[in-house]
Amino acid sequence: MNSPVVDVSPVNKPYWEGLSNGELLYQHCSHCGNDWLPAREHCPNCLGANHNWQRSTGHGHIVSWVVYHVAYHESFKDKLPYNVAIVELEEGPRLLTNIVTPSPATDLCIGADVRLRVEYEDGQALARFELKSFPAPPQREPPRS
Amino acid sequence: MRGKAVIAGVGHTSYGKHPGRDKVALIVEACANAIRDARIEKSTVDGVLVKMANSEPSILYGQKIAEALGLQPKVGAALDQGGAANIALISYAAMSIEAGLMDTAIICYGDTPRTGNRSVFHRPRGNDAIYGWYSTAAGYAMIHQAYVHEHRVGAECFGAVAVQCRANGAANPNAHLRIPITMGEYMASPYVVEPLRRDDCCLVSDGAAAVIVMSAARARELGIDAAVPILGFGQGQESLDVHLRPTLTKTCAAESAATAFSMAGLKPADIDMAQLYDCFTITVLTTVEDYGFTPRGNAGAFLRDRGIGTDAGFPINTSGGLLSESGTPGLQLVIEGVRQMRGDANLQSQTARNCIVSNQGGTMHSHSTLILGAPQ
Repeated sequence: MNSPVVDVSPVNKPYWEGLSNGELLYQHCSHCGNDWLPAREHCPNCLGANHNWQRSTGHGHIVSWVVYHVAYHESFKDKLPYNVAIVELEEGPRLLTNIVTPSPATDLCIGADVRLRVEYEDGQALARFELKSFPAPPQREPPRS
Repeated sequence: MRGKAVIAGVGHTSYGKHPGRDKVALIVEACANAIRDARIEKSTVDGVLVKMANSEPSILYGQKIAEALGLQPKVGAALDQGGAANIALISYAAMSIEAGLMDTAIICYGDTPRTGNRSVFHRPRGNDAIYGWYSTAAGYAMIHQAYVHEHRVGAECFGAVAVQCRANGAANPNAHLRIPITMGEYMASPYVVEPLRRDDCCLVSDGAAAVIVMSAARARELGIDAAVPILGFGQGQESLDVHLRPTLTKTCAAESAATAFSMAGLKPADIDMAQLYDCFTITVLTTVEDYGFTPRGNAGAFLRDRGIGTDAGFPINTSGGLLSESGTPGLQLVIEGVRQMRGDANLQSQTARNCIVSNQGGTMHSHSTLILGAPQ
């Protein structure tokens, strides 16, 4: 079963390359200082086209989260139930991710501190996170309930 | 614009399953019903405004529907705003008529996601699909989760909305889903995308609906006594994807309602009844707060204390809403508001003299508001 693949473009390529090297990068506007993800050509604040990539510390917190009990794509059927969370990095940008937990997804809570845990599946780097209070064991499998 | 335009006729198909029917044919059926309801000649319709179909967006869609109706209107368009589009189109019609671009508009929508293609609701959201981020429901689940965390309310706040809408739908001969539920059954329904339970989520329905808009003056000329005045309308665009919003529990529904209230010369306390876009139970609660009926976090208590049945203090979704009447984007709420104002609704309020209607699209990306009054 084919898993979803990312659409790499000239604009977002540095992000995916950074992630494959274990780094989480975000865009920073040289003109107004705005920081954001996902990658885009123009700063969403000032519409400026001068920005650079910066490396995040990987620290952040959970803004919200959900648990899927239904699979909307065949390749996620055997991962049920799985969580998806919104993480806000301490630098400001937000991203969607999975929280890797050694125990059921109900351990999650809004506001919980997390840190980056890059994982690899079928050659695809994933910017996942783990709870600082509850670090997951060193594995490279996708999160299970 | 207060009271300048009226809704002079309404029409729709049955809601639920229409296997093998083309959505354009459903739209024609709904439009024919609306034209008959208004008792006007089809040839007097000189504006055709259509909400884009979810299941199959296409080019020159407004013109395609006009052709199917056998019309060559002065004004024609298709609008994509998700579920906010119908009220937005009604407001554009009212303003175009006032400016003299046309006299009589039909605003319509139809689709067959139930028996046809509903993949748009389950679609992956770009590159976030690698984390399993699929489906419209998931974005609402994020909002529901954030709301519960922020305001510490129990599941019964959401259950009460589901129970009332399902009860109203059960009493509605036209409803897609006519099975009431109890609070216990709501609580026991399985999680879809937690914290959303199955009964927090609206239906996916085939169906079409249409309304006729004209000036109040034209309706008087034609002797349409039951024409329902449009007192106010407004819009607001949240735009940002859910995960990028500074706050998940407030939206531009607030701006949309503020514009409509201002135009109508009304305040939230003046409103007798509400038809609120219940794609998910959370949207009813956040809309009640965004619209200024009650402070943030208090929507559950407000609805419980006022009562939401037809004869209670704040009746909502009296024909069942998206949770029970039809999982179609919003015109059914407008039509129920019109029927309540005319006095020919199924669960008829004996006291309501105005009705506010909310429409919204995407994952609360777009918002529109309509305030209707009683015929003069």
